[in-house]
Parts: sequence; structure tokens; C-alpha cells
Amino acid sequence: MDFQVVVLAGGNSKSLTPLVSKDVPKPLLPVANHPVLYYVLHQLEESNLKDLIVVVEGEDAGLLVGAWISGTFVDRLHVEIAAVPEDIGTAGALRAISHYLTAKDILVVSGDLVSDVSPGAVAATHRRHDAVVTATLCCVPISGSSESGSSGGKDKTKKPGRYNIIGLDPRKQFLLHIATGAEIEKDTRLQKHLLHAVGQMEIRSDLMDAHMYAFKRSVLQEVLDRKDTFQSLKQDVVPYLVRSQLKSEAVLSGIRQAEEDGNEKVSFPNNQVMVSQILANASTPSFHELYSMDADGSAQTRKTHKCCAYIASSSSYCVRLNSIQAFMDINRDVTGEADHLLSDNVIGPSPKLGTKTTVGPHCMLGEGSEMGDKCQVKRSVIGRHCRIGSHVKVVNSVVMNHVTIGDCCIIQGSVICSNVQLLERVVLKDCQVGAGFVVTAGSEYKGESLARKEK
Amino acid sequence: MDPRRTARTVSDPKVRQVGFFTPAPPERSISDPPRFQDPIQPPSPSPTQVNDHSPSGNSLSPVMIPPAHHHSDNFLRTALQVTSPTKAFSYSAKTVTIPPENEDVASSFSPGRKVVSAKSPSSFPGVKASSVPASELTTVSVVNLPPGISEKAGGASVEVQNDRPVSAKTLKEKTSKAERRALQEAQRAAKAAAKAEGTKASSAASKVVTSANTKPSKAAKSSSQKNDGSQVAASEKKGGDRAPEKDRKKDAPHPRMQYDDKSRVEKAKKRAVVKQTEARNRVELFRHLPQYEHGTQLPDLETKFFELDPMHPAVYKVGLQYLSGDIRGGNARCIAMFQAFKEAIKDYSTPPEKTLIRDLTARISSYVSFLIECRPLSISMGNAIKFLKNRIAKLPLALSESEAKSTLMLDIDRFINEKIILSEKVIVKHAVTKIQDGDVLLTYGASSVVEMILLHAHELGKHFHVVVVDSRPKLEGQLLLRRLVRKGLSCTYTHVNAVSCIMQDVTRVFLGASSVLSNGTVYSRVGTACVAMVAHAFRVPVLVCCEAYKFHERVQLDSICFNELGNPDAISKVQGREEINYLDGLVNQENLQLLNLIYDATPSDYVSMIITDYGMIPPTSVPVIVREYRRDHLWS
Repeated sequence: MDFQVVVLAGGNSKSLTPLVSKDVPKPLLPVANHPVLYYVLHQLEESNLKDLIVVVEGEDAGLLVGAWISGTFVDRLHVEIAAVPEDIGTAGALRAISHYLTAKDILVVSGDLVSDVSPGAVAATHRRHDAVVTATLCCVPISGSSESGSSGGKDKTKKPGRYNIIGLDPRKQFLLHIATGAEIEKDTRLQKHLLHAVGQMEIRSDLMDAHMYAFKRSVLQEVLDRKDTFQSLKQDVVPYLVRSQLKSEAVLSGIRQAEEDGNEKVSFPNNQVMVSQILANASTPSFHELYSMDADGSAQTRKTHKCCAYIASSSSYCVRLNSIQAFMDINRDVTGEADHLLSDNVIGPSPKLGTKTTVGPHCMLGEGSEMGDKCQVKRSVIGRHCRIGSHVKVVNSVVMNHVTIGDCCIIQGSVICSNVQLLERVVLKDCQVGAGFVVTAGSEYKGESLARKEK
Repeated sequence: MDPRRTARTVSDPKVRQVGFFTPAPPERSISDPPRFQDPIQPPSPSPTQVNDHSPSGNSLSPVMIPPAHHHSDNFLRTALQVTSPTKAFSYSAKTVTIPPENEDVASSFSPGRKVVSAKSPSSFPGVKASSVPASELTTVSVVNLPPGISEKAGGASVEVQNDRPVSAKTLKEKTSKAERRALQEAQRAAKAAAKAEGTKASSAASKVVTSANTKPSKAAKSSSQKNDGSQVAASEKKGGDRAPEKDRKKDAPHPRMQYDDKSRVEKAKKRAVVKQTEARNRVELFRHLPQYEHGTQLPDLETKFFELDPMHPAVYKVGLQYLSGDIRGGNARCIAMFQAFKEAIKDYSTPPEKTLIRDLTARISSYVSFLIECRPLSISMGNAIKFLKNRIAKLPLALSESEAKSTLMLDIDRFINEKIILSEKVIVKHAVTKIQDGDVLLTYGASSVVEMILLHAHELGKHFHVVVVDSRPKLEGQLLLRRLVRKGLSCTYTHVNAVSCIMQDVTRVFLGASSVLSNGTVYSRVGTACVAMVAHAFRVPVLVCCEAYKFHERVQLDSICFNELGNPDAISKVQGREEINYLDGLVNQENLQLLNLIYDATPSDYVSMIITDYGMIPPTSVPVIVREYRRDHLWS
């Protein structure tokens, strides 16, 4: 279908600090015992997209991700890895691989997206409108309110800062305004001529940019080339394209027209005009076309381009893993309500359970894990080859691989990374324990982030 | 007019019981004029009055319109004679079988394939540290497909393996058990000869005899003739069933499913690309037409965007645009389809061991069936497809692939230019002569030709007024109006409800058409008939502008047997006005059926003249055009 797929997997992430380390870059952070990148690749594979470019930040991370992909998706996907320097942003990453992009349209997916929104639907919307960019919007998950009270308070303080403001046309097809995060602190500026052209604009704050975009390749490369200050797709490139949709710079449209002219033989130049006019008259004009026409004639004097929005239905699941809270939510949802995201078995084969040990619903136990007597596990994910002693209580938590937990520990709402040792009688509440950390016996922590000192 | 009318109703072989009311006494339905004539004509008009009403009494028509009265009887009879066989076929349901193409696709990623990973994790090379932003791509995982030929061979072998079950399956429905078995055994025997398994074959053959003997009663049920036919069919891979249908297709109108035939609908569903949910509440009378839940199609098709491998992106895009209503209007749809086909042909390359003529025809057919699933074809598109397929079939075998492709692309260009663009220009030239200063012209909906006529007349400096009549739910007239007003024409805009009031001032009615059928019936946007009848009642001449490629030899007496059903939600809801959606919550009620028809048929009585690329003709001359035009141009 003439689409190229770029997965921006990222590398280290500051917001996930104790969980993400040199050994476990963000793309490989296990969510319900699968690296988070698995969800994106799986989703793409389901939609028959088997030719991917994965962009990873940092050399080491690139190696790790490459090794994992070649081990997991061998014979299923054709994946190429590009390692880019850190801190050049999403736009920079695309700039780095720009000369590999050849298809007519590019689908850019963030590697930390856990969703069941079909990439095909986004691409189809993009094609249908012949848009320059199509952004996927999904409903903001109502986290915090629905979950248990432990993290509710924390969520409330975080929430207001992360609002998106998105403006749509009345038919919810076109993107008229997009502002995210920091920009909202300031006054929001709307363009008068845009409002004038559309007539009516719907401003929503309950939608979230899912970071799955379809771009027209020529335009994307053009923008990346000319605006070298652009760092991020979400904060720079997409808002720029949306802003300039009614006064598209001549270069953008110039390319497009040249392409079209190249395609069609100019055998009957006069008739060609009529053909395109018939086609144009047959379709309902969007405000772009109406605006581009002058008041008196039909000659297109002003250049425009279209920015579309694909709004995922409210029933679909779509969350980005960009905070620890999101990490907890995704872990819970993937084992619970959104379990269709995982194609394979939720309960690993043959975990060894001691007597009187109960494992509640919405739990996941990796293979080779052992548990002692009289343990309780509720709404938690436990990785592979963990050894858990007796009288241990694990609630609302994520325990990664190769973790040893001593007897009589109580773990609530926490994340415990790989190779951690918890000695006896440790009580953790809302904590994050970095990889390889050893928690001394009998200690109690609440709401802290524990990590090994870097050597 | 009376004799004419009775002639028509009587000659109609089948009086359709209309689902809106309980069965009326039979004599009423025969003697009563068809419903659509009621509002204009009093129940029993006197003959003299009728004469006044006929088009010849009008101020216009010095050109060619013969006095309609004495001609029509004659014509009707001949028309019915000529076309009755086609009509019979038009009622019979038909299906087009799509060759199963998915097998190849499905098998290409089967686990049995040879798959090689390019690099093992251990040998993964360090990516060079580069301060330059440009970075390198490292292939970490590869799906290795065997090169084209071997894959094709593999696919072929799969097909061969599948062959037998498929043919057996098709036979299952038609033949009795004994026959089937006998047939299978016979096939096996034939194959066994090649495999040199003589003993087994002979025993199998003997089995055939015994099994046939033990169940003579069952075998006797089906005639021997059918038996022969099925054996032939088996030998040429389920072709026997289709062969007679192919012959029929040539003179029959475009095949359409009868959607009240459940078994056929089921079959069609199985091979459909677009998943369609049938609407539950359908108006009884229109059950034979497809009606789907409109909301369901688009999202489903969209999610499959990357999964429809055989579909060319351009065709896919056009399909999406049809489905979402982004492209409408006969000419535009036809042009869009042809441009997509052109793209597809440009990117086409003949697979090994196949011939271009056959494979491309099959490819085009699969595209067409995809487009049909998106929206039923218009008649003009059917004609255009026929033209293209005919061109493909007539390609000289000696042509190389690139030559053949460029010939076809030129043909497509030529069709668009000659049959659509040029003929529109000719129509405009003819029609402009009918516009005089001071005229008040009425048009309905938005026809591309009529728009061109009006604009051209305006450019010539004629002074006239335009009345644009529109109707819900599409409100296409508004778009036309916008363009006309922009150009400085003086316009009046009204809805079809008010047409009887405004008609007094009108001097000419210009209408577009989706198709003109060979009995002179004009098949067009719903509401056209109503406008034409009102115009006729006010003795205003009705000029229908229609390109000759839209003419069709079919005869249609009503707008029931062929039509298209639109989205019922479009009439039950008013967009942007929530407060007047009184039908909210009632839509899924058992006893409410919504009907949103797209087309209607205007009887030729109400059409004064048809303006086409061959000049201005009376509706009675349509069969001539259809016959000559077909022979000289479309089939050349």
C-alpha cells in the first residue's frame, strides 16, 4: 500500500528512572512479561505490516533492542534498526533516517504505545483525505478514579499539567488546533482566518494524542529539512503543520503539484482541467477548498493542505507508557480488561505454588516462578523465575524477572525490577525498586524510589 | 394517453404486490394507473386534454420531436418485443464468482516456508558511533521469501492440492451422494492411470459400478443430462456452471444480486472483502436490494487497510471514497474509477506462467467486485467496465507487456476524453441553442452537464434566470448553487416541496440523468421524476442531458426492480440539529421501516427531449442510439 512504518522506540527515559536502566532500555521494559515494544510490533504484524524501521536512542540500547527483536520476531517481521544519538528528539530521529524513507506515506508510531487502535484505519483515513498529516487521537483514560485509592491522590496532582487541547472541525475529520503540555500554561492562540474559514470549531480536552501519525513523505522531509530547530514531532512538527494548513508555504504545494503533473501525461491539457474540475465538483468541498477559492472565481490562489484526525472509538484501548503511573495502569489493564492485547497465555506454564497460596484474578505469573506457603497475590504481575517465600502478600504490584522475595514481605502498589532481593519482613508501599537492589531485612518504605548507586 | 397507459400496464407480465398496503383487488391494480401518475393526471382524463398535454403542444420542440401520440403505441410494442428477453433476465438473480486469490497470500507466510534470519544476536555488529545525524539501518530480522518463480510454483502446487476438494464442494450442492462418489472415483481412476497404480484404480472403478447400481433410485432423480454436465464441470474445474451464465451476460443487463434470496446472500458474504451487516428493518418492497448498516462498513474497511494485498492502493482509495460519499455523481465516479484502474494497470506486471489478457481481466474483475461492495455500480460505470474488459480481451497476443499496458492506458484516456469530456462539450453546444434571453431555467440536484450548460450560456452573454431545486438529505443543489452564484448567475433556490409553485414561471427544465434506458425511461437522482411530472403538468418542456455512454439497453418500467438504497439514518436524522431528531430511539423498532431511495425512473412520457452527443433526440429514439452506438463505438 506504499506505506513505510517507522517505530520510534526511544531509549532511556527520565520519567521512568528507577525502572529503566542501561541494561533495560525503555523499549524492553517488561509489561506483563513482554517488552513494551512487543505490543507495537505485534499490533503492526497483525495488520500485515511486516517491513519496519525501528529507531532506538543510543548505541547500547540499539544493540539490546536489536538482539531482542532478532530473537523474538525472526521469520515474522523484516525489521531494520537504526540507532540515533540521544536527546535529538523524535523529529531529530526522523531526520536521521530521512534518507531511508522512500514510500509515498510514512506511518510513525511511538514504541511505547500499548493500544489496539488499528494502524490501517489511520492510514486509510490519511489516504482518503489525501492529507499531509493524520494524527491518531484517543480518549484520555480515566485513570485514578477507577482504581484503588492508593494512587488516586497522586494522580490528581499530576493530571492538570498533562492536558491536551485539540480543536476539530464540526465533522471531526480535520485537526484545526493542537496544543500540548507546556504550551497550555500560556494563553492559547487561535488563528482568526482559520476560524473564519471553518466557521465552527470544537475544542476538546478529553482527547489525547496517541503518537501514531501518518505523514506525507515529501512534506515531512521538507519540513524536517527547512526547520532544523524542530525537535519533537508532537510539539513542533504537527502543530506547525496544523497551524499552516491554510497558508501552506509554496514549497510544500509546489512539490505536490509537480508530483501530480509528473504522474499524468499532459496529452490533453485542456481536458485534464475539466476532469479534475468534475472530480472536484463531485465531492463535498472541505473548508480548505472553499478557502482556497477566491470569492469571485474558482481559481485556486491560496495553497492549503489538510491535517486530519483519526479518533479512535472509545471502546478501544490506547495508553502510552510515559510515566510510572502509566506503567502500573498498563500492567493492570493488560492482565485485566484489555487482555486481548496479548495473544498468548496469561498464566505461564507450571508455576510452583505452595500450600494455601492464593492467586487472585487479573494476575500473571511468569514461567518458572516459585512461591512458598500461604502467599497472597492480587492484581499483580510476577515475572519469570522469581522465588517468593512464605507468607508474602503482593497487591497491585509488578515484580519483574529473577526477583527473590523473602518470607513475610508485604508489597503494595510497587514496582520491583529484575534481580532485586528483598530480605525478610520487608514492607513496601508505592515504591519503585531499581534493578539489582538489595533491600535489607525488616525495612519499611513508603512512596520511595530505591535504586542502586551507579558504579 | 389512456390507450398507451393501459397497454403498458397490461403488458407488464407481473403485477407486483406493493408492500405498503394490504393487497388490493386485482382489477384495481390493472386498471388503475401506476401510482406516480396520480398527482398530475386526473384519474380519467379525456383524450383531447391529453393531446394538449403531450410534448408536441409545447412551444419548444421544432427540432425532432414527433407527435408522441401515434408513435408511442407502435414504439412500445416494438420496444417490448425487442427487450423482453433481457427483462426476463433482469429479474433472475445472478452472481459473479471471484477466483479464490487469497490462497496464495495465506500460504506465503506459512510456517513451512524457508525462513532465514540474517544475523544471529551474537554476531550483531556494533552500530557506528556517529556525530553526524544520519544513521545506519541494521537489519535484525528478515522474512526471507523464496524468489518469485519458486514461490509461484509453491502456490501452484497448493492450488493443485486444493483443486479436488474445491470441485467436490461445488458438486455437493448439485449432485446426489452416489453421483458425487462415482465422479470422485472416476477422477481418481483417471489419475491413477498416470500414476501407474493399476490395481487400485480397477478396484475403484468396480466400486463405481457397484455403488451406482446399489443406489439407482437416487441416481435416477437427477436427469442424465445434468450428470453429464456435472462431469464436464468437474473436468474443467467448476467452469461448467459459469459457462452458460457468461453467454447470458453479454446481452443481459449488469448482473445484480437479489438480496432477498438468502442462500445467495450467504454465499456473497463469504467472499466479500468488506464486512457488511445487513440492515434489519427493510421496506418489504425493496428487500431485493442490498441494504447495510451504514456505520459498520467504513471502520471495518479502514482497519483492513494493510491486509488487502491484492487490492491496488488507488482502487482502494476510490472504494473508500465511494463508501464515504466523498465522490458522487455518475461522471465523477466513472472518471475516478478509470483513473484508479489506470494506476493499477501502470503498476501491473503479469505473473509468470500467466497471460496478461486473462490475468488482467481477472484482476479488474476483482477490483470491480470490491468497488461494488463499497457502493453498487452505476449503469454508466457498468458500461465503462464493459468497454475496458472488451479492450483487454481484444488486445493482440503479439503485443509485449509494456505495449499492452500503454495501449490500455491510452484507451482509458481516450474513453474519458471522448465519451465523457467531449460529449459533454457537444451536449453543451446543443443545449445552449435552447436557451434564450429571458428564459427561466429550472434544474434539479447537481448535474455536471447542466452546470456546464448554464455556465456556458452565461459566458455567451445570455440573460436568464436559474431555479435550483434541491432535496434532502444530500442537498447537492447547494454546491451547484454556490458555484453558479460565484459566476454571477441570478438564481433562485428552493426545495422540491415547492416545485409546483415555482413551476409556473419556468420556461425550460434541464435535468441530468444517471442513465437513459432503451424505452426512454430516464433513471436519475430521486426526485427527478417528480420534477419532470410537475413540469409536464405545467406544459414546460423537459430536456434531459445525458452522455451516450450512459445509455443502456435495459428496459425498466418502475424504479423498484433496480435501485439503490441509501443510508436510512440520513433521512431520519438532521445533521447539526439535535433538537428536531424526533425519531431518536425509534429507528430499531420492529414496525418502523425507513426508506431512502437514491434513484427513480421518469417515464418517457414526461421527457420532451434528450440531449446527447448525437444531437437532440426524442426519448423514442434511444434504442437506435443504443444499437448504433454499441456497434460502432463501445465494442470496437
